[in-house]
Amino acid sequence: MTTAWKEYSSGKFYDELMSSPGRARKPAQKLVAYLKSLSEEDISARRMAAESTIKELGVTFTVYTEEGNIDRAWPFDIIPRVITKKQWDKAAAGLSQRLQALNMFIDDLYNGKKIIKDGIVPEFILMQSANYRKECEGFSPAYGAWAHVCGTDLVRAGDGEFYVLEDNLRVPSGVSYMLENRSIMKRVLPEVFEEVNIAPVDDYPDRLFDTLSSLSPRRVKNPVIVVLTPGIFNSAYFEHAFLARQMGAELVEGSDLVVQSDDCVYMKTISGLERVDVIYRRIDDQFLDPEVFNKHSVLGVKGLMRAWRSGNVALANAPGAGVADDKVVYAFVPAMIKYYLDQDPLIPNVETFLCYDDIQRKYVLDNLDKLVVKPANESGGYGMLVGPHSTKKERETFAGLIKANPRNYIAQPTLDLSTAPTYVGNNKPEPRHLDLRPFVLQAKDSYVTTGGLTRVALKKGSLVVNSSQGGGSKDTWVVDTESRVK
Amino acid sequence: MLSKVAERVFWTARYLERIESTARMVSIYDKLLFDTPRGFTLGWYNLIVINSLEDDFNDRYSVRDERNVVKFLLGDETNPSSVISSLKALRENVRTTRDVVPEETWEWINELNMYIQANLQLGINRSKRHEFLEEIIKGCQQILGLLYGSMPHDAAWIFLRLGRNLERADMTTRNLDAGMAAIIEREEDESIVNIRQIIWGNVLRALNADQAYRRTMRCAVQSEAVIEFLLENEEFPRSIAHCLNALIDSCAKLPRSKLIVAELHAIRKEILVEINYDHLGIPFREYLNRLQIHLSNIAQLISNTWFPAVV
Repeated sequence: MTTAWKEYSSGKFYDELMSSPGRARKPAQKLVAYLKSLSEEDISARRMAAESTIKELGVTFTVYTEEGNIDRAWPFDIIPRVITKKQWDKAAAGLSQRLQALNMFIDDLYNGKKIIKDGIVPEFILMQSANYRKECEGFSPAYGAWAHVCGTDLVRAGDGEFYVLEDNLRVPSGVSYMLENRSIMKRVLPEVFEEVNIAPVDDYPDRLFDTLSSLSPRRVKNPVIVVLTPGIFNSAYFEHAFLARQMGAELVEGSDLVVQSDDCVYMKTISGLERVDVIYRRIDDQFLDPEVFNKHSVLGVKGLMRAWRSGNVALANAPGAGVADDKVVYAFVPAMIKYYLDQDPLIPNVETFLCYDDIQRKYVLDNLDKLVVKPANESGGYGMLVGPHSTKKERETFAGLIKANPRNYIAQPTLDLSTAPTYVGNNKPEPRHLDLRPFVLQAKDSYVTTGGLTRVALKKGSLVVNSSQGGGSKDTWVVDTESRVK
Repeated sequence: MLSKVAERVFWTARYLERIESTARMVSIYDKLLFDTPRGFTLGWYNLIVINSLEDDFNDRYSVRDERNVVKFLLGDETNPSSVISSLKALRENVRTTRDVVPEETWEWINELNMYIQANLQLGINRSKRHEFLEEIIKGCQQILGLLYGSMPHDAAWIFLRLGRNLERADMTTRNLDAGMAAIIEREEDESIVNIRQIIWGNVLRALNADQAYRRTMRCAVQSEAVIEFLLENEEFPRSIAHCLNALIDSCAKLPRSKLIVAELHAIRKEILVEINYDHLGIPFREYLNRLQIHLSNIAQLISNTWFPAVV
């Protein structure tokens, strides 16, 4: 398949693996040489092996459709994305720095609002934020950490540098796929693992466990940790079960928990009630506690907020952490890093226009065909306008939306997202755009995954990587090219 | 252990057992039909009767032939007891309890599922049916072996054991009843001795009890001995006495079990003294009916003790 690689060209885009047609970047050299050596039949066989591994491992994600929820096999490409250790170490430091500042920001918002008083962030942004929870005011969780688990989306632009696209501080998902991708790759391309110095990724569940465990309000040797899931019909149920299993924690639904008159949380076991110390909750704030938030929620636990505010149970992420998961707040993160840490951000933001600002809004409205417009509080790639791919009618609709509610919209230039060779329909590598979602933990200590989840847009030219919208994924290799292979 | 997880594990074992015994039953029946004397018709519909599925079956099919019965038992998604439905329920239960069973359980159930989905037609057509059912039985035994070989004997294990033994006792009762019913039906037949042997031999094979019966009872296949073996033998894993002992022993290892263990002892005693070998025939079928009621009471007791909806 050497010719296919010679013909491979990503055009004007930065390619993760290839520096020019036929020439691989240093950390990817052995991988590409190996892939070149495979015949078309070999490639078919490997791709089929990956597919059947995915089915055997039961790696699925749920798509909500009109006919009901469908479990689909996880779409996966066998060519990994490769990053040098040196580049990754820098990015990881930047991610830790960012989450530290974000947590200080959230803690400040609920306790004194210094950053607003000092005029760094305008007050109305906060007051109109869909995820600001008045119920959290005056409370500060252990280590001042509100967002214990953060999934930050990184993109690499034309200049080959990483930029932060968004921070997911509510219930970010995807880490189980990152781990499963690695186990799939080990079965599919075992030969390359012997040749290349690939950093392992599988310590994440242990580090998550340590992070959660350090939050326990009771100083006991083995705190009781549970993963709270909305249940089997949630699109991320696979992940909830996966993480619970990997951590040896109980996977519970709201109906398994109860808050007693002592304001402690208990789970219903075969021996009776057992006290719970830490809840890694994977349900949204609004559904956590029908006593405080959505009264009709059957997913949550009555009295949970009471128990949390009394300090009898830890919630990760803390309620209200989502206030920083807002694309307008995002624009202020570099300023926060400066304000709280007195440091320069190690990873820059993507240039962002805030529609509430008159001058910036005018620019956005005049340039809708060149920009990507996003609502401030949506996730999953919904409700977006991708200017260059939009129709006149769509642009008019968005212009109306922005004018009606400027606070709720931001715009960013269309990015020249980097590409990587991907086997699509045929067995020839073709360039496809991708992003990267590393996961960052923070409590007593902080931790960043080695690499993260690489999501790839399988459609030619598409920039939408979400699995619910035709995206796939790749294994992510952080490769040490400097120290020698054992 | 969470009550909900315990309940799901309990059902995992029941469904796994149900898939295997359904496959075994169809496969034995298939062979049995080659052995029956000329003029003796043992309809496939009997399989529906054994499993108390008459209403469900008749809702969907008007012709009670082989094809419809086999399709209904193996591949009908609207029949909650079919192999395909049990497999679906099994998968859902394991999917939600993957943390308490060995890791490979989930993978192997997916493999079994893929096999069954891809080859269902083989089971419905006659020519390859045997291989198809054999694969299912092997798949179930493989998973069972995995659980036996690698699970710590913790609460999850005990709930699996409870589900397995309850389901087995239920299946043995149904098979005995089917045998008895078939014999009563042929009471007038001249070749009755021969037919009794064939029918009871069939019951033993459906429960994989053929060899154990011969070694233990040291006699030819005959009504009283078969019934005694399947009810009272304490060593054979599918006999009622064995299943009841296992249920009592398992419950005793769980928390809050004092009451239920006492009740189980009482039920066991009642079941085993009530048998009357002098009056088989219809009185025996009535006895089996009471046995079924006892078994469903046991299921209820287990559920009340450990799976309460609200604590």
